[in-house]
This record gives sequence, structure tokens and C-alpha cells, in this order.
Amino acid sequence: MTKEIFIKRFFLFFALLSIFFLAGIVFVLFKEGISLFTRVNIIDFLFGKSWYPTHTPAEFGILPLILGSLLVTAGALVVAVPLGIGSAIYVSEIAKPGIRDVIKPLLEILAGVPSVVYGFFGMVIFAPFIQNLFNLPTGLTAFTASVILGIMALPTIASIAEDAISSVPVSFKEASLSLGATKWETIVRVIVPSAMSGISTAIILGMGRAIGETMTVLMVAGGSAIIPHTFFQPVRAMTATIAAEMGETVVGSMHYQSLFAIAIVLFMLTLTFNIIADFISQKFKKKMTGGL
Amino acid sequence: MKKRKLKQIIGFSLLRISVSIAIFALFSILYFIVVRGAGVINLEFFTSMPREGMTEGGILPAILGTFYLAIGAILFALPLSVFAAIYLSEYARQGRLIRVIRLGVNNLAGVPSVVFGLFGLAVFVKFFGFGVSIISGALTLGILILPTIIRASEEALLAVPRSFREASLALGATKWQTIRRAVLPSATPGILTGAILGVGRAAGETAPILFTAATFFITRLPSSIFDEVQALPYHIYALMTEGTHPDLQVPIAYGTALILISLVLLINLVAITIRYRIRKEKRW
Repeated sequence: MTKEIFIKRFFLFFALLSIFFLAGIVFVLFKEGISLFTRVNIIDFLFGKSWYPTHTPAEFGILPLILGSLLVTAGALVVAVPLGIGSAIYVSEIAKPGIRDVIKPLLEILAGVPSVVYGFFGMVIFAPFIQNLFNLPTGLTAFTASVILGIMALPTIASIAEDAISSVPVSFKEASLSLGATKWETIVRVIVPSAMSGISTAIILGMGRAIGETMTVLMVAGGSAIIPHTFFQPVRAMTATIAAEMGETVVGSMHYQSLFAIAIVLFMLTLTFNIIADFISQKFKKKMTGGL
Repeated sequence: MKKRKLKQIIGFSLLRISVSIAIFALFSILYFIVVRGAGVINLEFFTSMPREGMTEGGILPAILGTFYLAIGAILFALPLSVFAAIYLSEYARQGRLIRVIRLGVNNLAGVPSVVFGLFGLAVFVKFFGFGVSIISGALTLGILILPTIIRASEEALLAVPRSFREASLALGATKWQTIRRAVLPSATPGILTGAILGVGRAAGETAPILFTAATFFITRLPSSIFDEVQALPYHIYALMTEGTHPDLQVPIAYGTALILISLVLLINLVAITIRYRIRKEKRW
């Protein structure tokens, strides 16, 4: 009997490791980043308009980086939300089984393409195309990064939304059709509203994916740390800043600390998204099992 | 009536366009990389070292480096994930503890990859003193792929019918014997799928190895796990952003991208095929 208890505790230990690593990440980010705030005011850090970490005197304002991240993420959502949800509805409601069996794996493959390959494609093919199309001084802009990020987030959104849509009870659909609604009306008025919480979860997780994405924005967004005014100018996101600059910093310097401090902001943002997504899907589970 | 029918036709067309754009994006990425990368690739590209400051020669060190990193990551992550999944599916009861664990797994999955890189830098490179090395990179990637494999393993364990467990327990087996002899063997293909997906993910990641394992240029192959390595994803990035001869580097980047994407897609395809087969064939 004691052996069985030992085995159970053994497995529990490993189950707790994810939380341990998550806590470890928080600890490390704060440990390495927090001392920046003994020398830089946190308000100046978050809302300062100039990011010149290597100048003398150095300036550590990350507002341009936050806005850069938010801009490309918003742009990515404009691309990924309609296309992702559209694909999800198509796959679960319209596609014939044969077509579905082809499209679903293709979407999974799209999700499996490494982000550096998206970044590479963006740099050598898509950016020059955008530059010529809009006659811009450079093709590496917030817009370019948004489109590529949107395509990357699309399969994430499509797959979660599809799960939500296909878990809408068939009786809902049958009731609507038998009342004389067309298939399209059933989709718009019955299926999508019933799957709304799952679809919201999909959107939030897609948002988390986009804001945390590094290589694509590093390679495609252009990299100017200035407050963006239009979609068609180069921007620098938080993730890209960390990736591009960490290699040049001296361990323990203010620049090093400031990059960890950026990671704290980034981590908080994605953590918030994840907790909201989790909360919505949890509520949804209760509603579905309680109400049906 | 006609107007409603028309609405439906327009609506369905929009949905078809959405899917078409997604598929078109996939094929245009594949098209350009295959067409432009194929010309660069020959046997020498696989088997020789880079030469002339990355403007000639092959990418052998990057292929090997990615292999070491991905294998290291899975060796670390697979046992931890399977043990965690066993607890979640076999032992845990609904309640606060399991909610917290699940929240932990979900949030770990949502941590941006570059943040894993910082964690690896502070913990493995600096604190444990492993330096920029295969072991630091593999451990960092291992933590990154934990949630993927935990979820896949848990799904595989939960798919084993209750009756298997009940039959085993009714015959007098202990819980552990039941898990080991009745549950795990049936869940192995599913767990394997998760492991393969994890390898694919680890092989394709760049940001976590930027400061923990990868280097642009080495003159000899790594001889121990404490050596730094070249890796396929990082190599693409470095060829595009460093060096002095972009005109000579871009073709090599195409070739490297083709090899990386073939590798990752092949790995994913194997995993997807196994999974579809399990779902279709297994009727317990």
C-alpha cells in the first residue's frame, strides 16, 4: 500500500513541474530585470518614447516597442480572425468529408511551418512584393509583418474554433433547419452564437501567439524603435528587441536588465491572455454540461 | 426566398475564399522554397562544412546541431511529460489541484519562445555554468515542448477505455500494475505521436536557442554536449542578417530553408498519419 502511495506522489511531482517551470520563469525574469527599476522610473520605462539603450546617457523608454507589438498583433488579428473562423466554419459545416480530410492536415502543416521560415519567406518574397505594390522605401513594415503573422496565427484560431463549432449539439442545427432556416442562416444565427465562447478563446490564444512571436517580427517588421504612425513603416516589437539585442549586452548591465524587464511586460501580457482564455473556456464547459 | 438563397451563396463563397487563402499561403511558401532551394541542394550540401565565410560549402554542422538539440530536448521532455500525464489522467480527481496544474500547463504553452530563451540563458548558461552549449539549448527546448507532449500523452491515456482499467483491477492488479500493463501499452501510439510532434517543434524553433546554444560559424563539429552548435533555423536567420555577401548567402538560406521545412513537415506528417490511423482504426 505504501508503495502505491509513493508511486502516486512520484507522478504528482512531475505533474507539478509545469507550474514549477512557470514559477521559475517568473522568478528569473524578475531577478534579472527588477534592478533596472532602482535606476529607471517604471513610468519612464513603460511610457518613455525613446529606446536608446546603448547611448550615453542611455534611454529606456519602451512605449515604441509596446506600440510596435500591439500594432502588428492588431494587424495580424484583422487577417487571422476572419480567415481562421471562416476556415473553421467551412471545415466543420460545409466541406464534404473527403475535402475535409485534405484541408485539415494542410492547416496542421501550415501550423507546423517553423517561424523562421515564415520570416525568411517574408524577407525574400513578400516584403519586396509589398514594396513594389505600394511603392514604399522599404518592404519591411508593420503591414508586412501583420500579414505574415496573421497567416501564422490562422491555423491556431481555425483549429480551436473548429473544436468549438463541431461541439455545438446537432439538435440545435436540426431545430433551426426544421423551422425553415437556410443552412447559412443556421450557421450565422445558431451555430456561431452557440460556439461563441470557444471562438473567443480561439481569438485570444491567436492573439497570444501573435504578440509572443519572435522570429517573424524580427526579420520582417523592419526594426525601427520609433512610435509608429502608419501601418506602412518599419516597427520594432518587444520580442524582436529582446532577440536582436541580447547577444550584444554585457551580463548584468542596465541594457541586459532592461531586456529582462521587457520580457516581464511581455510575459504579463501573454499570461493575462491565457488566463482570460482559460476562464472563458471553463465557463463554457460548465454552461454546456449544466444546461444540456 | 431568392434573397435568402443568394445570401447563402455569398456566405459560402466567403468561407471558401477563407480556406483558399490559407491553402494558397501554404503552397506559395512551399513553392518558392522548393523551386529556389532545390537548385542549391546536392550531396555536398548535406555532407560538407561551410566554407569561405558561409558563402560556399554545405551545412553539415547545422543539420547535426539541429539533430542533437531536438533529440536532447525530447530525451529530457518525454519522461517528464508522460509522468505528468499519468498523474493527470490516472490519479488526479476533479478539484482545485488539477485546475491549478492544468492552468500551469496551458500558461507554459503560451509563454513566448524568446522568453524561454531568456530563462535558458539565466539558468542553464549562467547559473549552472553550462555556457552556450547543446545541453543548455536542449534543456530550454525541452521545457518549451513539455505542454505539447503532456497534452498529447494525456489525450492518449484518456482514450484508453475505462473497462481496461476495471478489468485489470477486478483481476486483483494494483493501480500501478494496471497503469503499467493495461493502460500504458494501449496509449503508447498516442504518446509517440505527441513525442514526434515535440521533436518537430524543437527542431524548428529559433528564438529559444539564440542565446543558449546557437552560433553562426564553427570550424569543427561539436565533440561534447558542452560545445556550441550551428542549427538549421538559426542558420537561416544568420545567413539573412549577418555576413558580408548577401548575394551568395541568400541561395544557401533557400537550401537550408528547404531542408528545414522538409524535415519538420516530414516529422509532422508522420505524427499526423499515426494519429489519423489511431482515430480511424481503434475501436475498442
